[in-house]
Amino acid sequence: MARALLYCVMIALAFAFVLPVYLLVITSLKDFSEVSLNRMWDLPTRFSLESFNRAWNGGQGTTGMRGSFLNSIIVVIPATVISCLLGSMNGYVLSKWKFRGSETLFTLLLFGMFIPYQSILVPLVAVLSSVGLYGTLPGLMLTHIVYGIPITTLIFRNYYASVPQELVEAGQIDGAGFFRIYREIMLPLSAPGFVVVAIWQFTSIWNEFLFGLIITNDPRLRPVTVALQNMSGSQFTQWNVQMAGALIVALPTLVVYIFLGRYFLRGLLAGSLKG
Amino acid sequence: MTIARATTARREHVHRRATSRDRLIAFLMLLPSLAAIAIFVYGFIAYTGYISLTNYTTSRPDLTFVGFDNYAQLFNQRRFQENVRNLIVFTAFFLVTCLLFGLFLALLVDSRVKGESIFRSIYLFPMAVSFIVTGVAWRWLFTPGDLEPTGLNLLFERMGLDILKARWIADARVWPNIEVPGLKVRLWVPLAMIPVVAAAVWQMSGFCMAMYLAGLRGIPEEIKEAARVDGCSELQVLRHITLPLLRPITLSAIIVLTHISLKTFDLIMTMTGGGPGNKTEVPSLYMYELRFSQFNTAGAAAVATILLLMVSVLIVPYLLYNRRAQSVER
Repeated sequence: MARALLYCVMIALAFAFVLPVYLLVITSLKDFSEVSLNRMWDLPTRFSLESFNRAWNGGQGTTGMRGSFLNSIIVVIPATVISCLLGSMNGYVLSKWKFRGSETLFTLLLFGMFIPYQSILVPLVAVLSSVGLYGTLPGLMLTHIVYGIPITTLIFRNYYASVPQELVEAGQIDGAGFFRIYREIMLPLSAPGFVVVAIWQFTSIWNEFLFGLIITNDPRLRPVTVALQNMSGSQFTQWNVQMAGALIVALPTLVVYIFLGRYFLRGLLAGSLKG
Repeated sequence: MTIARATTARREHVHRRATSRDRLIAFLMLLPSLAAIAIFVYGFIAYTGYISLTNYTTSRPDLTFVGFDNYAQLFNQRRFQENVRNLIVFTAFFLVTCLLFGLFLALLVDSRVKGESIFRSIYLFPMAVSFIVTGVAWRWLFTPGDLEPTGLNLLFERMGLDILKARWIADARVWPNIEVPGLKVRLWVPLAMIPVVAAAVWQMSGFCMAMYLAGLRGIPEEIKEAARVDGCSELQVLRHITLPLLRPITLSAIIVLTHISLKTFDLIMTMTGGGPGNKTEVPSLYMYELRFSQFNTAGAAAVATILLLMVSVLIVPYLLYNRRAQSVER
């Protein structure tokens, strides 16, 4: 009896959790003739991809998401790769080559993970402008890489901490130096660490909004989140097109979550430091 | 004893061979990141602090030093007072709801049910979605509809739950609307903030659940079993054993959630844009408007600095505590 109640509660909650996604999906599959606010909860009677088409390609006062989707990919992929490499190297140094004061430096580095980005926006815009990166995709990429250093370093440092120091020492006895130990001992053990960091950075950068909003002033260079926000703020865009747009933005990270959720969770818990 | 000494001797030998060259390389490899953080975090924060003390309040750069004038102006402003009130209300409601709901979800998932991992994945999936997507979806759910009901109101009407219908994000009331002498703003809860909190809880409670689940898995079953043998009911086990042992998790969760809540920007921007009548506007949004619409750079810098101080008061002790805890472990 108690078990049955337990299942009922859990299933009801699961329904509540997917409710917004249900709405996004059914709305974006509706024919335009079926799109009216008082039928928003009804299932589509006919399968149609018109809303997707409009959200993706634009038209009738709507700017499509296609260009923004490409911008996001252009920024996210190199930023994720570089973040992984930087984080891995930093984590290696901070876990296996500790020096006097390295723990203090690490704590100072971590602080960067928690700051509200409002507190660095004003000089960020000024500095990016002065080096000609303001309003460019490389500028946005650079920003994501820099502010990703703390979390990627943290994850790799904690990951490498579980690799026994004796392995490093054995490498040293064999005459291996800094880079050979990294390449031949640490890197082969790093795959799960790279997966966690890559997923984390991919998801965070894809979903990020503030930097995209500030740095890309040219509408053609907007990342997807900014494009979606613009679309939803526009009076000319029908709400079903907004829903389809939202689904387009959510899709890549949801796919990653569905297939690699376990690693996503590890990155998530690393954000609470000891996790 | 001799073996231990031999090992130590070998280690020292190794350390001598770990040439100072390798140590130098290690430091050099770290240097670019350190430099980037020194400039982009600490340098920029210092610069923001400096700008907040100047007269740079129009699009024309004017770096005349004016002391704390910008701060005084902010705190005397009705709008900024509203911002702070809204932020406090949002943080308090979000934090409490998220913790309780997250704990509840964790206890459900941890009660050895079938399909546990499916439920866990469903409760956690909103974490993988952008706040902007959440904002767009939930704005439609919480739009009351002017002539005919829409969103949740429509759903409630269909289910015969008319009593649950409300004005949601269009509700400009503050309840119970208390006047405080010396403040330009009425306290307490801006009602439009409640739907925003609901959306934020939808997105973040799974994270809280995951933290608690990790904690629950760390509690040895023997302790609970022993209490049960001694005649404790499940509720007593929860109250006297499980919850006290989860306290460190709760502390971490409070810190992480509070700092996220203080920084909230995307969700409110998309869901309400700060409206109706600034009733859901928080300092991060106001900062954006001051800098990029009103071109009051110094004012924006002052808001940003206040926000940073709020987050730092919370985070700096946590970072120091974590650092000490780690060096004790070693």
